[in-house]
Amino acid sequence: MLEQLFAPAVIIGILASGIQLATPYLYAAVGEMFSQISGVLNLGVEGVMLMGAFIAYYAVLRTDNLLLGLALAALTGALMGLMTAVISVTLKAEQGISGIGIYLFGLGLSDLLFLVLVGTPKAIVGFPELDLPVLSGLPALGPILFSQNILVYFAFACVPLAWFILNKTTLGLKVRAVGQTPEAADSLGISVARVRYIAVIVAGTMAGIAGASLSIGLLNIFQQNLTSGLGFIAVALVYFGGWRPFRVMLGALLFSMVNALQLWIQTLGIALPSDIAGMLPYILTIIALIFAARQIVTQPTALTKPFERGE
Amino acid sequence: MKTRYILFTLALIALLALAACAAPTAAPQPTAAPAQPTAAPAQPTAAPPPAAKVFRVAVVMPSAANDLAFSQSMIDALTKIQAEMGKDKFEFVYSENMFNVTDAATAIRDYATKGYDLVLGHGSQYGASIQDIAPDFPNTAFAWGTAVDTFKEKGVNNVFAYTVASDQGGYVEGVMGVKLSKSKILGALGPIPAGDGQLTIKGFEAGALATDPNAKVQTTFTNSFSDVALMSQAAQTQIASGADVLTGTSQSVVGAVSVAKDKGVLWFGNQSDQASLAPDIVVASQVYDWTVALKWMMEKINGGTRGGEVFIATFANKGLVMVYNPAFKLPDDVKALAEKTIAGLADGSIQTGIK
Repeated sequence: MLEQLFAPAVIIGILASGIQLATPYLYAAVGEMFSQISGVLNLGVEGVMLMGAFIAYYAVLRTDNLLLGLALAALTGALMGLMTAVISVTLKAEQGISGIGIYLFGLGLSDLLFLVLVGTPKAIVGFPELDLPVLSGLPALGPILFSQNILVYFAFACVPLAWFILNKTTLGLKVRAVGQTPEAADSLGISVARVRYIAVIVAGTMAGIAGASLSIGLLNIFQQNLTSGLGFIAVALVYFGGWRPFRVMLGALLFSMVNALQLWIQTLGIALPSDIAGMLPYILTIIALIFAARQIVTQPTALTKPFERGE
Repeated sequence: MKTRYILFTLALIALLALAACAAPTAAPQPTAAPAQPTAAPAQPTAAPPPAAKVFRVAVVMPSAANDLAFSQSMIDALTKIQAEMGKDKFEFVYSENMFNVTDAATAIRDYATKGYDLVLGHGSQYGASIQDIAPDFPNTAFAWGTAVDTFKEKGVNNVFAYTVASDQGGYVEGVMGVKLSKSKILGALGPIPAGDGQLTIKGFEAGALATDPNAKVQTTFTNSFSDVALMSQAAQTQIASGADVLTGTSQSVVGAVSVAKDKGVLWFGNQSDQASLAPDIVVASQVYDWTVALKWMMEKINGGTRGGEVFIATFANKGLVMVYNPAFKLPDDVKALAEKTIAGLADGSIQTGIK
């Protein structure tokens, strides 16, 4: 029975599903990583994703304009990021609690707007699959890697981009500085608050896009609580990846592929109870975390700590 | 610091695992319990005639009233009865998104206190709460479903149970599905292997195999009633492994229907009529018509019985109906076979064999 899992068609299927499932995690986690590296834990990702998902969906439902939907989702995310920044940076509220507040706000508001403006779920036409010339024709791997909707490509493109910004640009240096030693950064004339605002707004924007990648990219529908916990997993993935873009991507892929694997196990009729199969991604993630924790972890020292300038 | 980070992450993951498995809407939802604005029409003018006693129903349900699935099937029925009887004779209120059983129990008790004639817990998770609350309000009738236990043998006399023989609907869908399938591989998607969802899936399999013993039915459970992304990926997986006819239950299937639509694969709906999601590929939906169960309960209550009996919706009593999608061109022979199967299930000459 088990050897069925190693058939080429199944492996290709797992990779393809894994890459798609990883997309919303990537946007949300890469954004969250910026916020955390600057020292702000943003637990509201899930709520921002829900708002982004709804706004994008609603715009497409009304106008059929996918780019407008995406832009509005990003804008909504940015605004909620700004709100988070005001609460966490300026007002210095406890970040865990205020993040949960943002989550509940997004959950409730997206639910209410959906109820009032749409009613029952209606399907829309989302981003189509886009075959990259030449590459999509590659045998076996071509259709998995290079025949996805455009939001999937962008999600993976965000990873090296994030690495570059964090490690090779002045902005990245400032973001890291205010998350490690805000006092030192401050004494060098860097505005801790401004850098953190930028990082948190980037995180919000990315979370908004993450929501859109679900509602107008992968699922082409909206429903109350569409994200169903994806945003919280994205936060966990940032820890999992040790605040490093490529490791965050690895975590997202691992989690998604194991989820895809468990679907295949069931579809192929392999005798494993579905609840055990359903637990696999979580169990494996925890095991991987334990191994990852043995390595040197570079947690931003000022994470969750509001900056007070010493006089 | 390192330990704190590890602990925090583990706690977070554990929390997520729980959230993903069980009740993502356990968090309080601001919009969760609105009193139905149309529920209490003011009685203008004069004294109403004594015959015009208002029958008042309160419902607590797990998901949104417009979920195109389980909760909506009940709301549709209540709305239909209200339209038939008139707002001056029939009122209903509801609390939606009550995944959290503790919140639901509070709502149930609250409604009982307010003197509703019938308080419905529309979800199999509410049984224990109803068993607990019903004895405190002997003059109120309670009902819960899908379930078959009225707690009569525990001395509770004011609880009805209602359920649906969804294996019958699944069976007919399986019969049609295998006729329409080219690959003879069919896929069934569900949240958890329990309740009416599992009955549907088992019936679907039985119907398909009874029609074509060489057909194959692949089943996937996502372990979540709300994870739309995972359910849609489950549909992708089914299609990738050869299925060209799909069915599924729970409110999380909306994403799966949209995958089926994209890939041009046929879909059979359950619980509510799902044709509006994808008119081109939804063949038919088995619809739970709870009006029959509700009218049966109202008759009992008006006759002085407040519980102790079970209603099973079937093709025979029309509590279960097959709604064909008018926009889908179903070949005449397949429709005839479906109708024949429904008639056979109704008169007992065909059995699904599902317990």
